[in-house]
Amino acid sequence: MSARTLLSAGGGLAVLAVSVAVAVTIGPADISTAEVWASVAAHLGGGQSPPAPLRDGIVWNLRMPRTLLAAVCGAGLALCGAVMQSLLRNPLADPFVLGVSSGASTGAVTVVVLGVGGGAVSLSAGAFAGALLSFALVLLLSHSLGGGMDRVVLSGVAAMQLFSALTSFIVLTSADAETTKGVLFWLLGSLAGADWGQVLLCASALAAVLVVCLAGSTTLDAFAFGEEAAAGLGVHVARARLLLLCATALLTAVLVGCAGAIGFVGLVLPHATRALTGPGHARLLPVTALAGAVFLVWVDTLARTVVDPQEVPVGVVTSLIGVPAFIAVLYRGRSKA
Amino acid sequence: MRGMRDAGPDRGLRADRVARRADGRLVVDGVCLSPRTGETIGLLGPNGSGKSTLLRLLAGVLAPSAGVVTLDGRPLPEVGRRAAARRIATVQQHAHTQTDLTVRDVVALGRIPHRRAFAPATAADDRAVTAALERTGLTGRAGQSWHTLSGGERQRAQIARALAQEPRELLLDEPTNHLDIQHQLDLLDLIADLPVTTVIALHDLNLAAMYCDRLLVLREGRTVAEGSPGDVLTPALIEAVYGVRAEVTHEPGHPVIRFVRRAARTAKPRPGPRSALP
Repeated sequence: MSARTLLSAGGGLAVLAVSVAVAVTIGPADISTAEVWASVAAHLGGGQSPPAPLRDGIVWNLRMPRTLLAAVCGAGLALCGAVMQSLLRNPLADPFVLGVSSGASTGAVTVVVLGVGGGAVSLSAGAFAGALLSFALVLLLSHSLGGGMDRVVLSGVAAMQLFSALTSFIVLTSADAETTKGVLFWLLGSLAGADWGQVLLCASALAAVLVVCLAGSTTLDAFAFGEEAAAGLGVHVARARLLLLCATALLTAVLVGCAGAIGFVGLVLPHATRALTGPGHARLLPVTALAGAVFLVWVDTLARTVVDPQEVPVGVVTSLIGVPAFIAVLYRGRSKA
Repeated sequence: MRGMRDAGPDRGLRADRVARRADGRLVVDGVCLSPRTGETIGLLGPNGSGKSTLLRLLAGVLAPSAGVVTLDGRPLPEVGRRAAARRIATVQQHAHTQTDLTVRDVVALGRIPHRRAFAPATAADDRAVTAALERTGLTGRAGQSWHTLSGGERQRAQIARALAQEPRELLLDEPTNHLDIQHQLDLLDLIADLPVTTVIALHDLNLAAMYCDRLLVLREGRTVAEGSPGDVLTPALIEAVYGVRAEVTHEPGHPVIRFVRRAARTAKPRPGPRSALP
């Protein structure tokens, strides 16, 4: 990695750290930055005077895991989106293009509404299983259709439609009003149920997939002129494609299982970042991950405070903010071309 | 580039009786090709005669269903994809990208087979890119967006990208297809002067005669003729392969082909302006 990349990564990490620290102080209970530090220090074993138990609980058990999960989800979705767009050579690709989110929603409603698993299986586990099932179906279908990138996209569309229909069918035929509302909230993407277990799980998945993608950054560069050109540059096309698709699908499945399908982060952030960093993936991928993290931390803060005391699903807010941003990026691209 | 010493049968890129089957049909059927170091070989033949497939077999992008392609005597799968891409560069008929790349970005793609994961571009990478831009006359356009280039400039940039790979073998698939005549000649002048062994698929027989040292003519996947342009491009061969009549005159240096209009058409009475009315 070049010095410039390290510098921008360092700067981005600093912005992210400040964002997290500030976002945790925002909310109905007025908590100062000092109390946040005291609480964090106490739990990491180095603090002298932990704050009052109630306020400590708000910081450590509610806001901190939620803010960190927002950061991890934002980073992961933006990363997966950037990889998908390059790999599929499609500017409209996002982490959900392979049907992962639709499969996840079917898995989730199967558990919550139909009660499959008898209560032993959590919503997250059901969603994860559904996501993998859908992705496997897409891989199988696209492979039997010849395996090209356009086949992958078309198979993804097919899976997305199928699982969306299944989800609607299950919800409309079997769910009561209360369950429907709960499921709908999750489907739209929400970080409200964040806990430390989810943060650790998502962060580990993110770290592993980030390493895989960074190792493949020149490979992704090689796909700029298509698979044939990439092969001519020494890339094992089928192998690289399978590895990167599986890695990003796995990460997306983990994230969707924990926080639902938070839309737009994976579509817009890579475009916005590309305008900043240029097309080289060695810079684009870490920067887009950081941008996604900062973005979702603030959007989630907005989502949980803007119509206080109610909460808006974060996916709704990402789209409300994301669409104008996306249009702005498109205009920028138009004036350049 | 004529008269360069043949470096021996095992040097360079060689196709030995390669065949490729697709959908139950032999697209390439037992073709042998062994370019001498530094020469320019033209691949001729009608659409669907197997030129592109042969080039992809030579690049190692496709595996032959029979026969073998060797690089310095070693079969390509043994050489490995990355190592092969450091020796063999390809330029396609038409390059297209959605990504917003500068010309220098495009040329720098040629360094991918030379780079390692997690490592930034080295001074050698920068030198190769700069030299390739210089050689193709694109130095002044290095910072410009790829999407602002004309068709001829885009193909130039692709050739610069290929040169940045520092290959000894260059494979081109009808690189002049979408260009006007001036840019066709410009591009072929550039290609013929490159210090690499070149295999180039071409549609235009006169351009092939002007720029190639040797020609290989394919029909339905099989070699029907091989040799110097003067030996290969005869009216009989053109009729047999393309199904058209042509006259060939031998100019100093290379033959010139003039196609003859079909007798049936020329014999048809031309309608005058009046007879065009109902």
